[in-house]
Amino acid sequence: MAVGTATDSVADRIRAILGSSGPRAISLTPWTASTLAVVALLLFPLMSIFVGVFGPPSETWQHLASTVLLDYVWHSLLLVVGIGSLTLVIGISTAWFVTTCEFPGRRLFEWGLILPLSIPTYIMAYTYAALFGHTGPIQTVLQVTLDPATTAGLRTGLMSLPGAGVILALALYPYVYLITRTSFMRQSGSILETSKILGKSSWHTFWRVALPMARPALIAGVTLVLMEVLNEYGAVRYFGVTTFTTGIFRAWFSLGDPAAAIRLSGCLLLFVFFLILLERVQRGRARFDGGTARHRPIVRFDLRGWWRWAAAIACGLPVVFGFILPVAQLLMWGIQVAPEAVNRQFLLLTLNSFVLALVAAIITVAAGLLIVYSVRLSPTTTLKLAARASSLGYSIPGAVIAVGILIPFIWVDRRLLAIFREASGASVGLILTGTVAALLFAYVVRFLAVALNPLDSGFERTCGNLDETSRSLGVPPLKTLLKVDVPLLRGTLLSAGLLVFVDILKELPLALILRPFNFNTLATRAFQLAMDEQVARSALPALLIIVTGMIPVILLSRLIGQHSEYGSDAHPSRMAEIHTTTTAQG
Amino acid sequence: MKSPEKISPPPLLSRIPFKFEVLPLLIALPMLATGCQEGPEEVVNVYSHRHYDADQLLFDRFSELTGIEVRVVTASADELITRLEREGDVSPADVLITVDAGRLHRAKELELLRPVRSPVLSEAIPDHLRDPEGYWFGLTQRARVLAYARDHVTPMELSTYEDLASPQWKGRVLVRSSENIYNLSLLASMIAVNGSNHAEGWAEGIVANLARPPQGNDTDQIMDVAAGVGDVALVNTYYVGRLLNDQDAAARDLASRVGVFFPNQDDRGTHVNVSGAGVTAHAPNPDNAVRLIEFLVGTEAQRVFAETIFEYPVRVDVPWATTLREWGEFRADTLNLRRLGELNTEAVMIFDRAGWR
Repeated sequence: MAVGTATDSVADRIRAILGSSGPRAISLTPWTASTLAVVALLLFPLMSIFVGVFGPPSETWQHLASTVLLDYVWHSLLLVVGIGSLTLVIGISTAWFVTTCEFPGRRLFEWGLILPLSIPTYIMAYTYAALFGHTGPIQTVLQVTLDPATTAGLRTGLMSLPGAGVILALALYPYVYLITRTSFMRQSGSILETSKILGKSSWHTFWRVALPMARPALIAGVTLVLMEVLNEYGAVRYFGVTTFTTGIFRAWFSLGDPAAAIRLSGCLLLFVFFLILLERVQRGRARFDGGTARHRPIVRFDLRGWWRWAAAIACGLPVVFGFILPVAQLLMWGIQVAPEAVNRQFLLLTLNSFVLALVAAIITVAAGLLIVYSVRLSPTTTLKLAARASSLGYSIPGAVIAVGILIPFIWVDRRLLAIFREASGASVGLILTGTVAALLFAYVVRFLAVALNPLDSGFERTCGNLDETSRSLGVPPLKTLLKVDVPLLRGTLLSAGLLVFVDILKELPLALILRPFNFNTLATRAFQLAMDEQVARSALPALLIIVTGMIPVILLSRLIGQHSEYGSDAHPSRMAEIHTTTTAQG
Repeated sequence: MKSPEKISPPPLLSRIPFKFEVLPLLIALPMLATGCQEGPEEVVNVYSHRHYDADQLLFDRFSELTGIEVRVVTASADELITRLEREGDVSPADVLITVDAGRLHRAKELELLRPVRSPVLSEAIPDHLRDPEGYWFGLTQRARVLAYARDHVTPMELSTYEDLASPQWKGRVLVRSSENIYNLSLLASMIAVNGSNHAEGWAEGIVANLARPPQGNDTDQIMDVAAGVGDVALVNTYYVGRLLNDQDAAARDLASRVGVFFPNQDDRGTHVNVSGAGVTAHAPNPDNAVRLIEFLVGTEAQRVFAETIFEYPVRVDVPWATTLREWGEFRADTLNLRRLGELNTEAVMIFDRAGWR
């Protein structure tokens, strides 16, 4: 909420400044100042944690360094490389097939491939462990022909680092798929046709033309995946895989040494900085093609013979293993427990989750818009760095952010408490940490990066220099933003918001630590039942997260899909609209 | 180009009116308001690591009996302790409930709890299951036992925790990862009795005997024993009890292949921990907090713990659940549970050195 009010008051100030100095005066200061203020506010909780990093290494740190640190590095690295490659292979191949080829079930796969995004990774992990469990369907079927002792090994094999890698890849590949597909769709059909006319094979066209053009999108997608991987806690902990994140929890909560935990976070951050740098360097080389007028939609290529089925299977496997199989298992459990579990309390959970995620998503997108637009107004190094820094929250484990937020928020609460006591004598309780305010703020800190990426590239492609033209014609920046950019960016704003929405719906550690009394969300409920070793009973809240998460997923897909429907319509206003919607991701 | 002032919004804008985006904010306002603490009505605020449905039913029952509303936040004890620490004297929490005495001791050391004098509590709870100075009180007991495969192991072969590290169990032992508080507390109890060196040797021995790397939760260890992945596992009793009473017939069937053995009956006794509660140092409603804890160790609540969660009641006058009675009485380690908290950090380090991940 703090961010919302900050932006509001800043907007008021801007209006005041613009009003007083006339519409022609383009003052960059309020935008820069407000952006820096918002970013500083967002970074504050991170700062409050990182103060201790530069002290001398504690005993705990030396202990970790001499025993388990190497394991953490190695395991995290293996997961990053493994999951990165897997999600790229799945994401790119399916996106290519769906965008450029015609085969049975293509339209279904178009949106079906996004569905695994709606399943939280920890639920995926628990569900898969149960699917492979000794009383689970897979072993039961195999035991018809195989010895139970042989099939028992399956589960042990699944609950390992490679197992965790495959399951996380199944849950996360849609990030790559979504972004890559939008990028492929944006590529002009004529470019691909030219390549073919020049005698290059489809294979060659894919490798040498389409893929290099989609590179910034690929990097953006895989960066999101890898940040999620580095942050992963529930699934790897359950599988007994030690990573940086499990190490942070161990140092802080088991060994009671926040400083050592922070050092570990520092190592993790270095890793993330490297990833971000990689993305920047890549994007710097390969810029998006801004040409809008020459755009021609891709004509899909009819696959023949066994290729048709190969494409269908390639797209079908991730959907089956990433969505249908786990959801079927959850549904079976859900039907078992539904009679006693569906009640008023349950509806309340759903409402809580939905409203919380919606409000947080709107605030996050608003903050993202302010930051990206300010950088556009004055692309100074300071602002660019600030924008980069503001997405750090995405790479820091939720529990660490939560504790970081408590420090400044409780300080403010103390002051507010004192003020209210003096004014009215009544005790009002903790205004920030006792309400969802702290949680909302935490979500913005954590998920701003999710909104920044699409907003950034959305601006870059959609608005071109339209807004610059508008400003040079004397329209003040705020008016330009509201009258030119925002309408053009509707699709981008909507899809950025939806991505954040789904992420918040699934989010766990922040909600666990920061929620007020008697306030539960679907995620906290599902997780607690699973932690309590009552997996079947966690099915209903889990299913609701998935169903709720599916709504934006389907909306998103329809938005992107409109592109193909309007493909032949050359009316300029339509074209602008199509472009807005097709920039949904990127 | 036309004058920029006259740029009209594209059709998409009119299709999705702005009003819809304001709506959620309107919904959010009452939500924010409900999060605030209002009025002086009687409440007790609970930070709890326990998240059983039975607990919620007990809280509801308490409200019904006393008119005091129970408000709960559940998260892991470590996170709740950190939250209490950060909140300091403005913390709204009255009661901290954990699933391990070591965490309560840590909270006491951090001056997050206050001593309570209650004849009801000291009468109901045996001495070794509560803090001598009244900072915390055990609510239920849980024993960490050996779950063994009935078709591969006879109870005669089993004796102590220490024996599990001997070479005859090579490739046969199952256990969950070392971040788990039950493992940490067990090791802490062994450090207290046998000393650090011996405890480290034991941890190394267990690692050498593992049938597979540590993974999953206690239920998974039991199921793996039943399915023949290993022969013996370290688990808490109530998970076995719950599986034996599971709705799923296949799970019940598997669980019936597993026997429960109480180790160290000829020396210090089986390692026992408590799930317990303490009143926070800055509790705004300390009287209500004490009433709640007294209610939780009352006969009615203790019976619910025993029969629905299969934990051992702390009260001696409350009958055990049928499943627990079938396993029989056992000698429990009477080590003061405070030691588990004191030796926790050392236990973590020993696990790390031994490679028990």
